[in-house]
Amino acid sequence: MALLNSSRRLGLSLRSVATPAAARCSSWWSNVEMGPPDAILGVTEAFKRDTNPNKINLGVGAYRDDNGKPFVLPSVRTAEKELVEAMMDKEYAGITGLPDFCTMAANLALGEGNRWVQDGLNVTTQCISGTGSLRVGAEFFSKFFTGPKVVWLPTPTWGNHIPIFKHAGMEVQHYRYYDPSTCGFDFEGAMQDIAKMPERSLIMLHACAHNPTGVDPRPEQWKEMSSLIHKKNIFPYFDMAYQGFASGDCERDAQAVRQFLNDGHCIALSQSFAKNMGLYGERAGAFSLICSDKEEAARVMSQVKILIRPMYSNPPIHGARIVSKILGTPALKQQWLGDVKLMADRIIGMRTKLRDGLAREGSTRNWQHITDQIGMFCFTGMKPDQVGRLTSEFSVYLTKDGRISMAGVTSGNVDYLAHAMHQVTK
Amino acid sequence: MSIFSNVQTAPPIEVFALTRAYNADHNPKKVNLGVGAYRTDEGKPWVLPVVRKLEAQLAADETLNHEYLPVLGLDAFSKAAVHMLLGTDCPAVIDNRALGVQSLSGTGALFVGAKFLQKILGYDTYYYSAPTWGNHKLIFDTAGFKQGRAYRYWDPATKNIDFDGMCEDLRNAPENSVIILHACAHNPTGCDPTDAQWKQIAEIMRERKLFPFFDSAYQGFASGDLDKDARTVRYFAKEGFELFCSQSFSKNFGLYNERTGNLTVVMKDAELAAAVLSQLTLVVRATYSNPPAHGARVVAATLTNKDLFAEWQDHIRVMSSRIIQMREALRDRLVKLGTPGTWDHITRQIGMFSFTGLTPQQCEYLGNEHHIYLLRSGRANMAGLNTNNIDYVASAIHDAVTKFPAA
Repeated sequence: MALLNSSRRLGLSLRSVATPAAARCSSWWSNVEMGPPDAILGVTEAFKRDTNPNKINLGVGAYRDDNGKPFVLPSVRTAEKELVEAMMDKEYAGITGLPDFCTMAANLALGEGNRWVQDGLNVTTQCISGTGSLRVGAEFFSKFFTGPKVVWLPTPTWGNHIPIFKHAGMEVQHYRYYDPSTCGFDFEGAMQDIAKMPERSLIMLHACAHNPTGVDPRPEQWKEMSSLIHKKNIFPYFDMAYQGFASGDCERDAQAVRQFLNDGHCIALSQSFAKNMGLYGERAGAFSLICSDKEEAARVMSQVKILIRPMYSNPPIHGARIVSKILGTPALKQQWLGDVKLMADRIIGMRTKLRDGLAREGSTRNWQHITDQIGMFCFTGMKPDQVGRLTSEFSVYLTKDGRISMAGVTSGNVDYLAHAMHQVTK
Repeated sequence: MSIFSNVQTAPPIEVFALTRAYNADHNPKKVNLGVGAYRTDEGKPWVLPVVRKLEAQLAADETLNHEYLPVLGLDAFSKAAVHMLLGTDCPAVIDNRALGVQSLSGTGALFVGAKFLQKILGYDTYYYSAPTWGNHKLIFDTAGFKQGRAYRYWDPATKNIDFDGMCEDLRNAPENSVIILHACAHNPTGCDPTDAQWKQIAEIMRERKLFPFFDSAYQGFASGDLDKDARTVRYFAKEGFELFCSQSFSKNFGLYNERTGNLTVVMKDAELAAAVLSQLTLVVRATYSNPPAHGARVVAATLTNKDLFAEWQDHIRVMSSRIIQMREALRDRLVKLGTPGTWDHITRQIGMFSFTGLTPQQCEYLGNEHHIYLLRSGRANMAGLNTNNIDYVASAIHDAVTKFPAA
């Protein structure tokens, strides 16, 4: 897929090129092996080729409105227009980006007036969205972590977590998370695996709307995990890509993060504004480390800068300015909170419709997990062969693990989807 | 005990520390000759009018969204960037052997390129000019190169290139060494090899099987002429070299903080392109997934529209000619003042920077005594000069040079 895509992009032809007489040495690239194609991209490529008018793309990792179209948040449009009028300059931001953005991002995550930001205990840097933030975090842990240079990831996790940490020189291990028999959280399994982790391990936790399963621990389960992790002196690293987008409530979606902080953990946090502000392509994100005192924060900050400088020097400003404008303007922030609730509500609504639709179709299977799960994705529990049939017989495109993106579900296609899912699972 | 207890304070990065010092200085006569950003004659940043126009259009366009770009970036942008660099008559372009990967400005292109060379091709040795841009070494070391070596470049005695030294060092470089070359307007010296010298460099590199990695941060910005500033890269491409070139649109588009850049890859064999792109994709994906859209949209729109392109070329001429004027003005004043030493190098050099030849002591004195901020290496941003401060700067330099004569 990548081959066709890229060759189409630049009008490349794949026929052999006669080497000019002047060139003598052989190419430098002959040993370059083809990299593995991206699984998710493959789904979208196949979807594009399908001519079935009823086709549905459930591989998309970006929000779509009820017409299946990308959605630019009204608050974002307003902010952008205001920014243009403000005629700001294009000077280099510092290595850690816009100071306002960093403070506001941290406050959004930790709560307005939280004592960590007030006391200057947070090292927060603007990053290239969630991925960039995770990479900076991974590099930091790889270089400075005094525990084992291993990150414990939930099973399953976002596919890109693994290469990000590996490229940074960290090893990767897994702890139990998703229980396929319940399509829910394997709390016992997770706790057992955490109990077995060496002291001073590094654990990655999805703050809310776990990707790819949509399965989150309940509040009381988070409390117990926090307690055990604290007891074992394990370092929690939160990946929060869906604050506000999960439940529709920013405060609620940040509860796990705040719980851990209140319980006395020093945490790492990666935030993305790709989904909750629809700023996907503008790459607005932040990385934070909560330190024990200001002096430590200063030392840590100085080292974080050294990690960033060789990768890209300083971050792109456009998205961060939009975020700052929104979070920093009360009226716009209110509007944004409404926009993000609208997105979350639509998704929650589609979950309900899908579950109801399956019941209407006469499915006797338990589909409760569809509405128990939260966020962009739903781990349906369908097996690869069922997924294969969904695609070949109904032109419904999703990844082989049975994950569907709820963003691809609309009131126009949910009944068809329910019908298709019932057909392959009855 | 905190896991961070052993984290040492990192040394500050000089150019940013300089800006901080400048900002903290309240002296009304202060002059910032540090960080490489263009300034108008009023000493202000300049957002190019064509950029403002496009940004207003983009914000008003309700059909535009903020969806993810592909991993390798905005197609239209990287294609236009490659064409701008190599020219549409370049054999590599015609044969579809020239690829573009949108990157996080120049730094990002260098990093992704270096990572690919190290990780995928297994190269472990790189060469950089003495001196070079402060971040080159950090980028390549971070990308995993084991050996970083300098090739002789700046000769403080002649205030010119030590060409023989450079050639000797290149001749002694092991096969497969990656050589970082400045496409034009060498940073920090402003001294470029002549065309004849570039020919010789190319021959040595061909013979010794050295890999050219060009850094092009000033195309158009140096002479005011896009083709002229790209002639060296084009020469290498025409000569059949496979090469990387990192392109930055920070200076020539004034898009500093939007991180708009491109990695151009020139290959011998178009059939290998897919594999190469797939590996570059993996490097990008694990670093930042996909690049920011905004700056790329502005550049793509400009480069592909005849009128906007003409408007932009105008802006480039404005910037480059003002800088050339300031070079002349500074040299003339130093000569008139009878400042010890020769000052022709200021007008011989090209681009944003001048390696003034001032010593660290003189530079420190300029900062402390005269509130004129430049790097300890003597690198001065000529764009920081203007008709209001040129006399002040010239007399301050005169003062520094006479007070602390160079040994």
